[in-house]
Amino acid sequence: MSMRRISWDRVISILLILPSILAIAVFVYGFIAWSGWVSLSNWDGLRPDLSWAGFVNYAKLFANPRFQIDLRNTVVFTVLFLGTCIVIGLGLAILLDQGIRGENFFRSLFLFPMAISFIVTGVTWRWLLAPGDPATGRLTGINVLLDAVGIPLSRWYTDPTVVHIQPTSAMGQFLQQIDLGFLTTPNFGLPVAMISIVIAATWQMSGYVMAMYLAGLRGIPEELREAARVDGASEWQVYQNIVFPLLRPVTLSVVIVLGHISLKIFDLVAAMSKKGPGFATDVPAYFMFETTFQGDHYSQGASIAIFLLVTVSLLVIPYLVYSTRREAEL
Amino acid sequence: MKATGRNWLIRHSSRAGIYLALLAASAFYLLPVYVLVVTSLKPYAEANLAGMWQFPSAPSLESFLRAFGQLGPHFRNSVYLTIPATLLSSLLGSVNGYVLSKWRFRGSEVLFPLMLFGMFIPYQSVLIPLVQVLQKVNTAADALHIPATLRWLVPGYGSIAGLAFVHIVYGIPITTLIFRNYYATVPNELVEAAKIDGANIFKVYRWVLFPLSMPAFAVVMIWQFTSIWNEFLFAVILTQNPAIRPVTVALYNLAGSYIVEWNVQMAGALLAAMPTLLVYIFLGRFFMRGLLAGALKG
Repeated sequence: MSMRRISWDRVISILLILPSILAIAVFVYGFIAWSGWVSLSNWDGLRPDLSWAGFVNYAKLFANPRFQIDLRNTVVFTVLFLGTCIVIGLGLAILLDQGIRGENFFRSLFLFPMAISFIVTGVTWRWLLAPGDPATGRLTGINVLLDAVGIPLSRWYTDPTVVHIQPTSAMGQFLQQIDLGFLTTPNFGLPVAMISIVIAATWQMSGYVMAMYLAGLRGIPEELREAARVDGASEWQVYQNIVFPLLRPVTLSVVIVLGHISLKIFDLVAAMSKKGPGFATDVPAYFMFETTFQGDHYSQGASIAIFLLVTVSLLVIPYLVYSTRREAEL
Repeated sequence: MKATGRNWLIRHSSRAGIYLALLAASAFYLLPVYVLVVTSLKPYAEANLAGMWQFPSAPSLESFLRAFGQLGPHFRNSVYLTIPATLLSSLLGSVNGYVLSKWRFRGSEVLFPLMLFGMFIPYQSVLIPLVQVLQKVNTAADALHIPATLRWLVPGYGSIAGLAFVHIVYGIPITTLIFRNYYATVPNELVEAAKIDGANIFKVYRWVLFPLSMPAFAVVMIWQFTSIWNEFLFAVILTQNPAIRPVTVALYNLAGSYIVEWNVQMAGALLAAMPTLLVYIFLGRFFMRGLLAGALKG
């Protein structure tokens, strides 16, 4: 009797979770497969056409100058965004970990942008970083403050400049001699306009990084640090030899979480500057949006989507496998 | 004595340095808030000029009224979208978490990470089929002659129900994760004891797990409320009909309009941010836990 009821419960347990399993199977894996197929088809226009095209869309994508610029922008954005967030987040966490007064207040203050939509952040920073019109002296936003203290004005997200190694410079000539001349093209440069997006994104996400590092710091037993101090280690050595190594798993989580956000960033760019001058702030997710839903080039759009998925997966899948294994060991 | 004095000085000057650094950081985080508030209290003529850092000469709520006139209906759409989607997705997550922690079956350890992957994917990779399928739902609803009074419940393309459905489906991974990790901390002995007392799967949930679940529900509901309220990509793609657009899309369009009225935009941004900000101010504790859970840290 008892056995029968337990197995009946077993059946119900499967029935309870089945809708979710089916939903994920269809809406995640099924749809990804479907998008993959679309990316290999001839569907270009409003009417679906799923005839086989092979990898033409991918070949066209990688040959597209706009997409090449997008790749550069993604790399630049990811490196700058992760770098500033980790420096600011870790710095603030260490400061807050010094047993200061008002810790809760500061922590809440640094974290509040996380509760806000990227659209609100984008609209607000678009106004803050609006360059105004330096020619007529009608300045707006941060530029008013910069002007007041005599710092040269910036055109922020409207700046088309791409800082790159000049082919005529000594470095450029050297690179050309060793057949690395392509490194002197703007595609291997730094689009100045992207810095504006990095500032807004850092404003929004650095508090989150702070919270993660703070949780990590709180997990390090005080005895460990005390023991090192007793052994005569300076405060810097304590951090270098004990704290930072123990924070490595946190840094890994931060890189995964911010990295996948950065690879698929869309809302903030759309609200702030869209593709920007000369695609200076364009990103693959925005390109996909325009191509697919404004240009109706569905198969081309699907190929960008699959590209995004592959890059995010390269980052996330090893992490998921690692986390699952670690949990199984515990 | 002398050494102590110097240490005292070093200690106190470094304290002062810490507070200075924290205050400087605070200024950075508060800068946009200052501009949002000050600009939205200004009339159009003042908001447009170099005086953006100055206080309004005569603070008025005119911009808020104008922003509310334009965003009000969309604000309501966001409420209709966010509240049912949050409730349903939390319940679903709770049931999933219960099964995956207390009724594990063969393969559930493999299934769980496969589910989790769904919360990391770029949603661009599912958008095209999603639009197609939701359009098919509308076609099916037409063919079935769903009466007009029930039509708003059909989760089709271009409807609030459709958008809510999408948020519930793609919310499964994170809600399941938080509940599963939470229920894992509930001792199995409690469940076993209830089973020996003759409780079936529903009763164990109803009398053992559910009463203990309130902290997890708080975390999940706040997380889902914030994410769904703030979401933009699904919203902009799935709501071609302007009447049903949620507030993020309406704010985006307001900011994209030709005549840039910064004061109205800033007031609009403040309005759009208000619900999640209030939740953060009053329930920040739970918000924080949700954030950390999002990094798979439990």
